[in-house]
Amino acid sequence: MQRSRATETISAAYWKPIYKYVRLKWNLPAEDAQDFTQEFLLRLIEKEFLDSFDPGKARLRTFMRTCADRLFLKQVRDAHRQKRNGGNVIPLDFDEAEQEFARRSKPTSPEQYFERECVRHLLALAVERLRAKCESAGKVIHFEIFHEYDLDREAETPASYSTLAKKHQLATTEVTNYLAWARREFRACVLQQLREMSSSDEEFRQEAKAILGINPK
Amino acid sequence: MKWLGDGTVDRLRANMQVPDLTGTRYRAIRYVASGGMAAIWLAEDTALKRNVALKVLDAEDLPQLESRLLREAHILATLEHPGIVPVHDAGRLPDGRVFYCMKFVEGQRLDEFLTTVAALPDRLRLMLRIAEPVAFAHSRGIIHRDLKPENVMVGPFGEVLVMDWGLGKILNEHSTESSAAIASADEQQRTPAAASSTNHGTVLGTPGYMAPEQLRGEVESIDQRTDIYGLGVILSVMIGSPAGGRAARRHRPILAICAKAMHPDPNQRYPAVQALTADIADFLAGSPISAYAESPVERMARLFDRHRTAVLLIAAYLVMRLLFILFSRR
Repeated sequence: MQRSRATETISAAYWKPIYKYVRLKWNLPAEDAQDFTQEFLLRLIEKEFLDSFDPGKARLRTFMRTCADRLFLKQVRDAHRQKRNGGNVIPLDFDEAEQEFARRSKPTSPEQYFERECVRHLLALAVERLRAKCESAGKVIHFEIFHEYDLDREAETPASYSTLAKKHQLATTEVTNYLAWARREFRACVLQQLREMSSSDEEFRQEAKAILGINPK
Repeated sequence: MKWLGDGTVDRLRANMQVPDLTGTRYRAIRYVASGGMAAIWLAEDTALKRNVALKVLDAEDLPQLESRLLREAHILATLEHPGIVPVHDAGRLPDGRVFYCMKFVEGQRLDEFLTTVAALPDRLRLMLRIAEPVAFAHSRGIIHRDLKPENVMVGPFGEVLVMDWGLGKILNEHSTESSAAIASADEQQRTPAAASSTNHGTVLGTPGYMAPEQLRGEVESIDQRTDIYGLGVILSVMIGSPAGGRAARRHRPILAICAKAMHPDPNQRYPAVQALTADIADFLAGSPISAYAESPVERMARLFDRHRTAVLLIAAYLVMRLLFILFSRR
């Protein structure tokens, strides 16, 4: 695997957690956090950061957080933050990120918050991948069932399979099969995302363990 | 982009762990445990209507880990013994993860079970039963390499099972190219970081239980004596630290057995499990053991212990006889 191929994926996976992290940890105003995130991503794309990443020493997300801290401190030291990008702006949906930042609930350390947001954003990207995959494969109904059963569930007790079957005019067994397929594909999307971001099997293994290695209920 | 709440994130992560058993004969019942890169699930074998355990890799497309898990299944299939959990099936799930299916063992881990067994002879008899499947595996040219109390289960009817053969090694393995490749992959993964915990991925033992040659990564030196070291560690855990006085003196031979089994130099250890168990059995029978040269006093004490009833009867007879003579002369 080549890290160069992964830079875009890594940028997509980390910009939002980085934005929220500096908002929380350094208490940056939204506009400054946006500038900082842009600067961070440009350096990431130019591989200033990734060239010094050693998977044997730390996980990628820990490394990214450390890079963000270092960049921030460097900017403070330099006192005047000059935009290196000369006006080049990466299109990012900061409004959405800001809304999500406002929804943070439990008080937690910035580091724990960053970890959590990394996982949340990774899964959200995988949901989008799955949506695109389902649409291109003509399996929109699979995604809808997955969405309703696994994503839109607020209550502990989700809508029953029979309710979903009735709604989508399917047999209950079809709902079971569609959901199993969607979950399987979703898992594959998450792992594909991780693999694209990893530079070695070992790194992929560690990241997969970190994401998947929780004890199921 | 869809906002995922904390509950949704947790649910998605948990769902990803659940093995996809669609189209298989198994139905997941509950998660049991995990270690390293594999998880154990209790499942129902719907064809045979019985509960089984599924060991499933956490991720797919990891050739080395897949090879290791399948080799573990192969080792278990090779070792048909009452003290080794039988494997029923192995393969790949619809989600791409490699798994194998084995008997679901209910019971206690040895370290937990020991809290219910106080008497030393009972513990030693248990030790003899732990050694049996290990000796059997050695006779089949397989070593365990990760023997420790946590890898021994005691079932509800007292059955003893040696578990977790994930680090098992097939000695003199030259028969197939693929197995040689697996062995090579094993050795490549021998890194200090890899020895930090027990799992089914990259480690080759558990610190604190590994033989010195294992810790040093001396691949050529690893053989059945490495397992004898592990059995020595288990034995030392089982006998605990005897209190001082007479009990400590009586423990000396068994401590010597531990010391010999756990000798840093493999050449100074027992050459085979049978030699170790013979010493334990001799100790239980009150006979001299090979690992300990007793003093004349200790020999007397041992003989007294062994023939306590006869000695006491003879002593009582002699006392009575003496008293009879004394009274009859008056």
